[in-house]
Amino acid sequence: MSRIQTHILRSTMALIIISVMMTMIGCGGSDEGRGRGTETGMRSDVTDAALKTYVPPGDLDEYYLFYSGGHSGQIFVSGVPSMRHICTIPVFSPYPGTGYGFDNETKEMLGGYTWGDSHHPGLSETDGEYDGRWLFINDNAQGRIARIALDDFKTKQILKVPHISANHGSSFVTPNTEYITMATRMSVPFPQGTYADVTEYAEEYHGIVAGIAIDPDDGNMTLDWEILMPPFNYDLGDAGKGVSDGWLFWTCYNTEREFIEGAKLEVTASQRDKDYVIMVNWREAQKAVAAGNFTMYDGARVIDPAKAPGVVFFAGLGKSPHGVDVSPDGQWIIGSGKLSPTTTVFNFEKVLAAIAAEDYEDIVDGIPVLTYESVREAEVPVGLGPLHTQFDDRGNAYTSLFVESAVVKWKLPPYAAGDAEDAKRMEQYIVEKIPVAYNIGHLVSAEGDSKSPDGNYLVALNKLSKGRHLSVGPSIPESAQLIDISGDRMRLLYDAFTEPEPHYAVMIKADKLHPFEVYKRGEHHNPNAIWSADEASITRTGRKVEVKMIAVRSFFSPDVIRVNLGDEVTIHITNIEQTRDELHGFAIDDYNINIVADPGETKSVTFKADKSGVYAFYCTNFCSALHQEMQGYLLVKP
Amino acid sequence: MESFFTRTRGILGSPLTGISRILVILAVVVLIPTFFMPLWNLEFWSYQYPESLTLDIYSHKLVGGNDNADLAEINILNHYIGMAELHEKEFPELMWVPFALGIFIVLTLRAVVFGTVGKVVDILVLFSYFGMFSLWSFWYKLNYFGHNLDAKAAVKVEPFSPPLFGFEQVGQFKVWSYPSYSSYLLFAFVLFLTLSIILSARAALKKPSN
Repeated sequence: MSRIQTHILRSTMALIIISVMMTMIGCGGSDEGRGRGTETGMRSDVTDAALKTYVPPGDLDEYYLFYSGGHSGQIFVSGVPSMRHICTIPVFSPYPGTGYGFDNETKEMLGGYTWGDSHHPGLSETDGEYDGRWLFINDNAQGRIARIALDDFKTKQILKVPHISANHGSSFVTPNTEYITMATRMSVPFPQGTYADVTEYAEEYHGIVAGIAIDPDDGNMTLDWEILMPPFNYDLGDAGKGVSDGWLFWTCYNTEREFIEGAKLEVTASQRDKDYVIMVNWREAQKAVAAGNFTMYDGARVIDPAKAPGVVFFAGLGKSPHGVDVSPDGQWIIGSGKLSPTTTVFNFEKVLAAIAAEDYEDIVDGIPVLTYESVREAEVPVGLGPLHTQFDDRGNAYTSLFVESAVVKWKLPPYAAGDAEDAKRMEQYIVEKIPVAYNIGHLVSAEGDSKSPDGNYLVALNKLSKGRHLSVGPSIPESAQLIDISGDRMRLLYDAFTEPEPHYAVMIKADKLHPFEVYKRGEHHNPNAIWSADEASITRTGRKVEVKMIAVRSFFSPDVIRVNLGDEVTIHITNIEQTRDELHGFAIDDYNINIVADPGETKSVTFKADKSGVYAFYCTNFCSALHQEMQGYLLVKP
Repeated sequence: MESFFTRTRGILGSPLTGISRILVILAVVVLIPTFFMPLWNLEFWSYQYPESLTLDIYSHKLVGGNDNADLAEINILNHYIGMAELHEKEFPELMWVPFALGIFIVLTLRAVVFGTVGKVVDILVLFSYFGMFSLWSFWYKLNYFGHNLDAKAAVKVEPFSPPLFGFEQVGQFKVWSYPSYSSYLLFAFVLFLTLSIILSARAALKKPSN
């Protein structure tokens, strides 16, 4: 039946699209006002784009797209190619919609913070392929990193790591999820909490890059090691794979190591022609830790690279770089200098040879700087403001150009002999540019961080969207544009808009995830769960009252809770439904309590009954025909 | 007339032929899986349950689809119309049906050993009674649930008979109720026994009577 509907819908849609096309051709140039299509040269591709992105009602998308939510602190989940927003996974900020940050467990996980700045999601990998187990996301604001389980799309752990000020170079994942990365963005005095004036910046301030170890069984994250770095700003990173497996990479800026009050960092940090790409051999870091070659600070094992040779190396990279990205085979390390019109391709085999030959052009704070000419493969003239690079399955790279507001497609090496020495001849490796609206930051290709990208879809994550959507006043959303990269030419397919503010995103084939939709009784255990109204209870111990409650269509049991003013009340609420999508909420009027329990889930909330009177509680999540009747009373006796 | 009874008595007392014995053994064999397979299956479909809710009735248990979650769901939906919850303890059939099936296995094995046509006929007659009584009991129980609705229920519906066999629209649900694997096996049991009787009776009739 639904299949027939689908067919009807599909053919109707096709007819509509065809007639729209006919009308447009008939109108000729009379619709100049539509404008944007003309600008981007997409007019003749409208039908194609519509058919490629239209997912009929009831049909499912091919890919999950996990956007970071920026300073909203969350993860947004969309489907590709429809670009439909499906849900939001709360991570670093409370989210009343799912009761996140209101129950005891998530409140404790948030640790008193009410926001985070989620930047770079990373998917767990097995043998360099996304395995669909976990999604990691950094908090750029509070030195934290979080793990989301992809079997129930819920945040399971938030790890706070000392000494890391503004964790930006995170969360990049090694090919077998041995490590995820963390790194300081803004250097501060070390150890954390130390006071030193900015006039002492060069001497007292430090950065940290860190390896967070992942338990292969349960995904538990623990800090393994930190490396004390010079007072630079550490930016983006990536994990090596293939020939570069065992290495981590970061970029840095402000290698001028200055913060001069009033002199504007944007100026002072842009003086040198080259900053660095940082290469960390994490197996050597492990060895240093095993050999006791570290100092303990606040529970962190901190390695001094000057005392642990072989762990950290630099190579010059121009200028004020942002992204450093490892090609699918691991051989090419691509650094994008946002103030340079080129990206630099390093050859990792040459890097290994230079390290073996101790081919250094300098030593900075005990860290060898590899001779640039020895390790650089080529500088590719991609365009203005290159930030971040993704890949397809056919040897192409795609780099975002913030200043040009475009995506550039270019060929990875090998290049013909001598071409790398001639900037003019390098231009032949630029395949194509496509404008994006507007000012792209990151971009993401399907399975683009794995060793085998799919080469079909690419999403441009743009910082500005002015005028591309119905106006919503001055607080303008971000734009995400879906681009078809399967053919010889890139084609813009779709504009989507998101709440603030995705930085990076990851795209994984939908059939790799198999989330469950019900916490099955007998499989998920919570010591406070009860499964029938008969087991419901209210127990008083001194001034503490513990309530075990069930929620099921369409009632709570118990539905009256009597306490005394000043009691500490804990309510354990079990949604005993075993049917998917039968969620129940539990809100207490005027007590700022808002819990949502999924089918089979038990949640606990503890609060002080500090206001006397009668307060209604009710189900917030529409559950049934008698949802409105699903209510009860909290009686607080003065 | 007298000759009919005499002849019948003769047939009942006559031994089972080889092939009849094999058929009786087969009849025992097909009874064994009935402990593990459902007797009856109900399917409830509505637009918001696109995968349908299903309920399998075994000789000794009720099992909802989707790891039994469907049974809980059926009960939750039924509580709105004031229907009592379907629980295994409400169905004594789930005790005596498997017990009776066990007895039939023992009796049939006995017939294999002491094989006369009469013993097989006894089993067949008893089994037919058992089958019809079980069906009636099942129908009666469904009817009981459909007619004993709590007068205070949130949603008032006319008492109804849930379908024992075939399709019926119940509220927003399309309901299909059909026999499942075990019922067909029970039918095969009857078939094997009947064939066994016919073949042995025919052999007995062919013998020259004295």
